[in-house]
Amino acid sequence: MSTPAIAVEGLRKSFPAAKKGDAPKLVLDDLDLEVRSGTVHALLGPNGAGKTTAVHILTTYLRPDAGRVAVAGHDVVADPDGVRSAIGVTGQFSAVDWLLTGRENLKLMADLNHLGKAGGRRVADGLLERFDLVEAADKPASTYSGGMKRRLDLAMTLVAKPQVVFLDEPTTGLDPRSRRSMWEFVRELVAGGTTILLTTQYLDEADELADQVSVLDGGRVVAGGTAAELKRRIPGGRIDVEFTDRAELAAAARVLRVPVPDGLTLQLPHDGGVRSLRAVLDALDDAAIDVAALTVKASDLDDVFFALTGHAAEAGDPGPVTPATPAKEAAR
Amino acid sequence: MSSYAFADTMTMARRDFKHTARYPMMLVSTIVAPGFLLVMFVAVFGGAMKAVLAGSGSPHYVDYITPSILIQTVAFSAQTTAIMVNTDMTEGVIARFRTMAIWRPSVLTGTVLGSVLRTLIAIAMLFAVAVGLGYRPHGSLLGWLAALGLIGLLTLGFMWLAVGFGLNAKTVAGASSSVVALEFLPFISGAFVPTGSMPAAVRWVAANQPFNPIIGAVRELLGGGHVGNQGWVALAWCAGFAVLGYVWARRLYDREPSR
Repeated sequence: MSTPAIAVEGLRKSFPAAKKGDAPKLVLDDLDLEVRSGTVHALLGPNGAGKTTAVHILTTYLRPDAGRVAVAGHDVVADPDGVRSAIGVTGQFSAVDWLLTGRENLKLMADLNHLGKAGGRRVADGLLERFDLVEAADKPASTYSGGMKRRLDLAMTLVAKPQVVFLDEPTTGLDPRSRRSMWEFVRELVAGGTTILLTTQYLDEADELADQVSVLDGGRVVAGGTAAELKRRIPGGRIDVEFTDRAELAAAARVLRVPVPDGLTLQLPHDGGVRSLRAVLDALDDAAIDVAALTVKASDLDDVFFALTGHAAEAGDPGPVTPATPAKEAAR
Repeated sequence: MSSYAFADTMTMARRDFKHTARYPMMLVSTIVAPGFLLVMFVAVFGGAMKAVLAGSGSPHYVDYITPSILIQTVAFSAQTTAIMVNTDMTEGVIARFRTMAIWRPSVLTGTVLGSVLRTLIAIAMLFAVAVGLGYRPHGSLLGWLAALGLIGLLTLGFMWLAVGFGLNAKTVAGASSSVVALEFLPFISGAFVPTGSMPAAVRWVAANQPFNPIIGAVRELLGGGHVGNQGWVALAWCAGFAVLGYVWARRLYDREPSR
């Protein structure tokens, strides 16, 4: 078996307390992680779970307090330059020089990777083409839209042809179309053999892209596996029963012994079995209640997340998770 | 990756210089203040200063004031650098540099190199203005070279200090105001009038603060007067600033980012 692209054992990191006298804030608490070469691994967790700190340590931006961390076979403490020459990083805040044009940004990366004049120009031209930035190439990056900035950012990351790419919340704050195209770029990269570690708070993103998912909560991995494996760990899903009017809904709620919700849809927990589904239908039938529509939903990663961590994916917000959450980078 | 020290420094210096070229306000803001001071002191106060300067060896006030303004320009330029560094460090691109296999201090050395270049351009422009106002220095070529060397070393030192101020400050406003003392310190020296007429305590400060020997030495080197001991004192101060600024800036950059 070949060396894993990323190997983390017992990683700990705390930050100094904000106030004097307080205990230091433990951000990563005995984190273990292994990412096989050529795969996509997602670190899934709410804000404050430690995702970004983990990426910062894996990319040598911060030093670990304890534990063993190796990327592409190089130890992050003993050989940070070995790690740096094997990786590319796209952080959640855009790492772009705003005063330079898109092309100049790429040339800057090429120069710092010592690709030479002709080689640098070739790489820059190729990446501008690939990331649909040819038209904007000679405009300052500060004039770019959010999606263009993120594309330029990723293009800069790829100048050095890194073996391992870190994407810290690559689609936070992007509109749905830019989000889809970012996913396409990730798939292309993996097809080319690159290993990718991405962090996300969007469960659908992990579901879409990742071979393996590690669910992070409170600085440690609380569950891991493929998205399918994780979903299997939470039996069932729910049944959504729709009614044409509130009276039918209220009658059904009484029969099924559940509280009456707002709207016209009754959501019932469901273990995935046919027997329990039939029981619901029989009960409604016996009471002669008309059902307008009925949907059986398998559990998704949202449910998994809730079951594993005891809180919803968005810290402090138990509502549904949507990709439309405002960008975190505004606060940075 | 120290084998790329030179290449990476040059790359970063090009980046810094592109910033200046794209936003000439950086250069303009460096020369506006000393430019106004130069015109004000020469054209407004110049006539009245004749009596003050009688017997000082500089019968024309423009000859007396120009070296002071040139040196003060270095301090004004340091403010620009501190602001640029502080702005730059909060940008994500610096975080990117920290995760790349480049010569680590190249962000700083490149910025310093670019800033030294920008400062020397500003000084050359002010020198031209001074000549237009009647500045006629009569020093030897050797003296001029020595003056240029001293100005260059002071600029190097101040730019490293400015990088330190820029790294140390939490906000751009903080970075900007931390340099103000450097800009105003020349006023309490023999830069604008000879120290002889000052009260004893002020005169002691004026005579012993770093700008006094530096400005004095540059004035005599450019003008062809007697430099004396203050040349060595000036050299020591400039070298001291350079070492102090370098060590401080490197230490600030190498500490772990707070997040």
